[in-house]
Amino acid sequence: MTDYRKLWSDLGMDLEKHDRLTSALPLIYEEVYLQQPGRPQAMEYFDLVVAEIHSLRIAELVEHRRRGGKVCGVFCVFVPLEIIRAAGAIAVGLCGGSQFWVPDGERVLPRNLCPLIKASVGARLSGTCPYFQSCDLLIGETTCDGKKKAWEVLGEYAPVYVMDLPQMKRPRDLAAWRGEIGLFLARIEELTGCRVTPERLAEEIRLQNRLRQALERLYQTRKADPVPISGKDALLVTQVSFYDDPRRFIDKTEALAAEAEARIASGQGVFPSGAPRILVTGTPMAIPNWKLHHIIETAGAAVVCEETCTGTRFFEHQVDETGRTLEEQLQALAERYLKINCSCFTPNPGRLEDIFRLVEAYRVDGVIYYNLQFCHGYAVEYYAVEKALKARGIPVMKVETDYSEEDTGQLRTRVEAFLEMLR
Amino acid sequence: MTVLGIDIGSRTIAIAILNEKGELLAGQVSDSGPRPLERAREMAGNLSSFRRIVATGYGRHGARADFATDLITEIKAHALGARHLFPSCRTVLDIGGQDSKVIRLDEQGRVVDFIMNDRCAAGTGKFLEIMAQGLGLPLEEMVAAASAGDGEITLNSMCTVFAESEVVSLLAAGQPVGAVARAVLNSICDRTQNLLLRLGIEPPVVFTGGVAAIPGLPAYFARRMGLPDLLVPPRPQLVGALGAALYGMKAKKATG
Repeated sequence: MTDYRKLWSDLGMDLEKHDRLTSALPLIYEEVYLQQPGRPQAMEYFDLVVAEIHSLRIAELVEHRRRGGKVCGVFCVFVPLEIIRAAGAIAVGLCGGSQFWVPDGERVLPRNLCPLIKASVGARLSGTCPYFQSCDLLIGETTCDGKKKAWEVLGEYAPVYVMDLPQMKRPRDLAAWRGEIGLFLARIEELTGCRVTPERLAEEIRLQNRLRQALERLYQTRKADPVPISGKDALLVTQVSFYDDPRRFIDKTEALAAEAEARIASGQGVFPSGAPRILVTGTPMAIPNWKLHHIIETAGAAVVCEETCTGTRFFEHQVDETGRTLEEQLQALAERYLKINCSCFTPNPGRLEDIFRLVEAYRVDGVIYYNLQFCHGYAVEYYAVEKALKARGIPVMKVETDYSEEDTGQLRTRVEAFLEMLR
Repeated sequence: MTVLGIDIGSRTIAIAILNEKGELLAGQVSDSGPRPLERAREMAGNLSSFRRIVATGYGRHGARADFATDLITEIKAHALGARHLFPSCRTVLDIGGQDSKVIRLDEQGRVVDFIMNDRCAAGTGKFLEIMAQGLGLPLEEMVAAASAGDGEITLNSMCTVFAESEVVSLLAAGQPVGAVARAVLNSICDRTQNLLLRLGIEPPVVFTGGVAAIPGLPAYFARRMGLPDLLVPPRPQLVGALGAALYGMKAKKATG
């Protein structure tokens, strides 16, 4: 039995504060997750991952580093994980999803900043996130002004490398992004001391494609009515994908998808047939942010898809596997990652097309636009999304919220009223 | 047997009792107080005398866990209530103690869209109460002073707490009470109009909730917004409870 307290203490963590953080999680998880009726059996693995969120995987990271390996922390779906892994490093997602970290983030950041940034920085400052403590390099990116400047603050606590993501999608932007990926490769090689060969990169490209396909396969099952898996469970799977060992994650997700497919064949669902079907679109939901999904699903509707970075934006589009040279592979990576339709791009018509396509494919009754407070890109883009959806007669509602629980009552009222409107 | 609709808001509780024919037998409004559920039970009286008890408002989930048979949101409740009182109603403006909302109805009276203010007392009844305190006037006198006053001072603060100190500073700087009262009313009126415009105003508009019950206020809003046909029910605070009770009547028909 690993002595995790020693392990955490060796990582320089604040154990007392960490105890306060981890003591709350089991109660929340019990209420939000374990009390859901009829969950697929294969969710057991993901329950275990959450129960051991700061231990099992951390022990693997520690062991990897003991053998001289490196760990990179990432905050965004634009960072090509294939390159990190091809150089022998492990990638972990570091986005903070808990209110617990926000006050620490506010010690150095303005209050009027998105909670995801505040929580992420707060997690590092408070020394209560073992993933952060395990990272040899943090990979930032220029997706929004808040993050861009937060890297400078975070840089005082840990080494940071920033990728410059273009904000338009012209040919010259693709070329610039291809150039950025080349620089990134060089930086990661420098970190690990391992050359990235075309063979290793090809292997990682195939692996990450398989991981995306596993999530895609799971999401496909959510098109069924009755839906075989709750939105909360599916969201959790996507959240876990940012931390977990990719091969193990693929196996477990495929097992879950197979179980969900069997449920469809036997007509088994976690909501009654005909329950309102909701698409959530907007900003990411980092673990343990399950707030909106919980409100929607306890009000009797099913979240059937997420057009977010913790949803389709993470796994749609494969990297072309035919590249034989590094040059071809990096080009393929640049092309795939630049297909992600984040609101940081202008213009961003692809996101509207994605939403329409998903509304159709997942037989969505209503769209809930999820906006983390102070995420201006998504907040402004609501104008276009609302107009386009309403023109097609698709009900849409925007909720703007943070990680605190103080507005749960108001959110519940809005969500319930939205569902009354759909029924 | 009768049907009880009960609207448990942040600021007040309202009840409406309908007889078999759907006629209003009793309607009552009271402060929510520190223990709203207890207060609600007291107001309802003999709970077993009702065929159905439909709860709405902020306390609806608590009420259903305790004594209510059904619940609906205040959006649906206000829509049902307003439509019952004004069958041609297409837009409902409801300003309550701690939130405000605009509801759009289609020709059949179904809710097709709604919008609520964001997680803050700005632009609600609580805002008006606190500003009236700052002015040292009861609510209706604040409205009267504003209607009689003139000048175009604007309140710059959206936040209730800061707006209150702004009111105090304006008075200390020698601004007439009427002008400051106007600034207060204009502030909430313009915010409300923004909410209406974001959803689009489809007349006739029915104004419900506690703020609509302040004498003179609906007329003040109608003038400033240029909405001469703003409709106000005789007891605007009862509309949510009435809508809840009406839902209970309908549910009876549905279940036979």
